[in-house]
Amino acid sequence: MKKEWPLWEVFIRGQHGLNHRHVGSLHAPDAETAILNARDVYTRRNEGLSIWVVEARHISASAPGDKGPLFEPSESKVYRHPTFYDIPKDVGHM
Amino acid sequence: MYAQMVKSTGDAVKSREEMSDDERHFQDKVDANIKVEPRDWMPDDYRKTLIRQIGQHAHSEIVGQLPEGNWITRAPTLERKAILLAKVQDEAGHGLYLYCAAETLGVTRDDLTEKLLSGRMKYSSIFNYPTLTWADMGAVGWLVDGAAIMNQVPLQRTSYGPYSRAMVRICKEESFHQRQGYAIMMKMAQGSAAQRKMAQDALNRMWYPSLMMFGPSDKDSVHSAQSMAWKIKINTNDELRQKFVNETVPQAEYLGLTIPDENLKFNEETGNYDFSQPDWDEFFEVLKGNGPCNTDRLNARRKAWDDGAWVREGLLAHAEKRAAAKVAAE
Repeated sequence: MKKEWPLWEVFIRGQHGLNHRHVGSLHAPDAETAILNARDVYTRRNEGLSIWVVEARHISASAPGDKGPLFEPSESKVYRHPTFYDIPKDVGHM
Repeated sequence: MYAQMVKSTGDAVKSREEMSDDERHFQDKVDANIKVEPRDWMPDDYRKTLIRQIGQHAHSEIVGQLPEGNWITRAPTLERKAILLAKVQDEAGHGLYLYCAAETLGVTRDDLTEKLLSGRMKYSSIFNYPTLTWADMGAVGWLVDGAAIMNQVPLQRTSYGPYSRAMVRICKEESFHQRQGYAIMMKMAQGSAAQRKMAQDALNRMWYPSLMMFGPSDKDSVHSAQSMAWKIKINTNDELRQKFVNETVPQAEYLGLTIPDENLKFNEETGNYDFSQPDWDEFFEVLKGNGPCNTDRLNARRKAWDDGAWVREGLLAHAEKRAAAKVAAE
């Protein structure tokens, strides 16, 4: 038999209440083993409190060529940031 | 280095006029320090060279477990044993980060493994030397990991995103490796006459193989010039070797050990240490497979791969059976 274990993407939630974050990938026969392997490969130094694994083939990604149409529109919307608005000092902290 | 003498195109670096539009755009991105990601367009030779380099680097991490694994059962104290186990486990982890980075370029894990086992891909020459005494655990951590760090720190800035991210992780973990090695050397250098002698002997044997890790001078190499233009190599081999010597000499002096080189001398003019080159004929012999441990190392890897086959196949069959049962139950 010549068959590789499937590839899993690994996401770890760290100590400080942040979101799960992608840390890398690994091979494992099933989800349970993928979590065990992820513990050994990606949390040897206290990096996490929770692990998600997703089989890589289930992830859909935006195409590199769509970078322009997807993300350029937000570049010109400065009014979405608080610093766009001048609030007089007299008003106090806002 | 962990990746030695990686070949790229073999041609001179193309001028802007010789490049296609895609190639020009790609080079601009690299020059602007924008990371290249797996699905971005990249020149075929960039992809091929990176697979060779990252693959060789990964193989080195994996094979690099063997000389140190040799001493786990014979570590002098339980604490030393726990430390060595942790270090060897880290090396396995580093190999895995790097294999994953290589796989994003479209090569499979099995393909990389198969190329290592059949001798078509290399690993660093350093791991073909034996570890004869406990002091070698000190010398390997101090010198071999020290040399690896010299190369890996600048590679954190490499142009390929997944490789760079793997290097960041590895560098974070690697400095413990060098320190634990130096700690062993300190203990032995401050110990009995017999222990000091053992430490000196380890330094004597590991010094030149460590210098070889950086590879022969590549200031005139077209392969290196291309890799540097692509930022998958950041410094020349000679630069890194010099930096390693400059940092290591004072560390040896602190230990009261002597670096086995009569020509070693601080050069006031250059601000560097002058030193003797290793025996490059020996280096090429080791690369060809004629080092003291080449056969042992590959045999150990083949045995691990073959003996593990039933586990890999069994777990996969079990997972498939369970998945099928789950579908049937729904």
